[in-house]
Amino acid sequence: MNDIRDVIIIGSGPAGLTAAIYAARANMTPLVIEGEPSSTSDQPGGQLMLTTDVENFPGFPDGIMGPELMTQFRSQAARFGAEFVTRKVTRVDFSARPFQIWVGEDQYQAQTVIVSTGAQSLMLGLPNEQRLLGHGLSTCATCDGFFFRDQEIAVVGGGDSAVEEATFLTRFASKVYLIHRRDELRASKIMRDRAFANPKLEILWNSQVVEIEGDKKLSGVILEDTVTHIRESLSLQGLFIAIGHRPNTDLFQGQLELKENGYLVTEPDTSKTKVAGVFACGDVQDDYYRQAVTAAGSGCMAAIDAERWLEEHSQ
Amino acid sequence: MAEGITDLDMNSFDDAIGSSDTPVLVDFWAEWCGPCKMIAPILEEIAAEQEGIKVAKVNVDDSPDLARRYEIMSIPALIVFENGEPAKKLIGAKPKGALLEEIGEFL
Repeated sequence: MNDIRDVIIIGSGPAGLTAAIYAARANMTPLVIEGEPSSTSDQPGGQLMLTTDVENFPGFPDGIMGPELMTQFRSQAARFGAEFVTRKVTRVDFSARPFQIWVGEDQYQAQTVIVSTGAQSLMLGLPNEQRLLGHGLSTCATCDGFFFRDQEIAVVGGGDSAVEEATFLTRFASKVYLIHRRDELRASKIMRDRAFANPKLEILWNSQVVEIEGDKKLSGVILEDTVTHIRESLSLQGLFIAIGHRPNTDLFQGQLELKENGYLVTEPDTSKTKVAGVFACGDVQDDYYRQAVTAAGSGCMAAIDAERWLEEHSQ
Repeated sequence: MAEGITDLDMNSFDDAIGSSDTPVLVDFWAEWCGPCKMIAPILEEIAAEQEGIKVAKVNVDDSPDLARRYEIMSIPALIVFENGEPAKKLIGAKPKGALLEEIGEFL
């Protein structure tokens, strides 16, 4: 059993670490339970750990690599006294104060909690997918793009991250297909224009992957046309999945109010959840903007909300 | 006394792996790989704490031939070499406990 903390922050992406910077500077000595190493986006630093060039975070006119940016966020929080536990929270109890948080057998207590567990990449959910992960199938273009030099590969998805990955991968691959189930991209205009102008990139519209093929290594996919339902095979050496995210809220079932799509509910214009003293920020409660800078902004709100709440409720 | 992590490249790899009398855990990594950076401190701890295994690393940017030889398509990739031959391959970043469990048979 530990002492009762002023604030515990669960999660360490842009939201959690910004909350940590603000809370640390407000002398709340935040404890950040940052998650544990993984090759998915559910890891310390969050989704940006799997991202290449971040070009839209203010203050970096030449862009910055996602992992580098998150390392800097973390150093800044540490500099002001934030403490870190590099493990995953296994259970929470927000029914009474102080709030209880378990990491395996270890129990932590806090007057306020900031939830910033983010979101993680969705997988296709097809047979062979898990087996071929790391053997031609990847969820991390930055990590694995290098190994597909002069090969033919594909990215599945149509949002900003899919188009950004596909564009990045043309640095290595001889050909990159972007497999998208609709007839237009959701990605922002600048990303779309970049994709359309790239001679190595070909967009396969109205297509979805229905089978992943390969014995020891990925060898290709079977695509189905979403309009005509005609199937055809496409041989590939690499397949990258970027079809979106789901919020990491399993931990909070029955503890906090969730929307139908699984995201946490916060009171409009604040970071307050329905449980007084528990705040949420970043992608775990944002199914609309989902940007590093909006996550950071909401992390700042959560720290300020937690600080004011503590002032009002300290016995 | 346990040692630190040795950097290996194309020139030093075969000798170092072939002449080792204990298993060697080799971390294939690169500067641009976020998950690789995350497990770096864990590997340093393992190198310092585990007497039964040596830890080495190969930068795939500097030694692409080694990455190709061991068919690496995703990093971080950890390969345990025993008697100079790859005995176990682990792909992806993992927490320390899970990693120790996976390499337990070699410790």
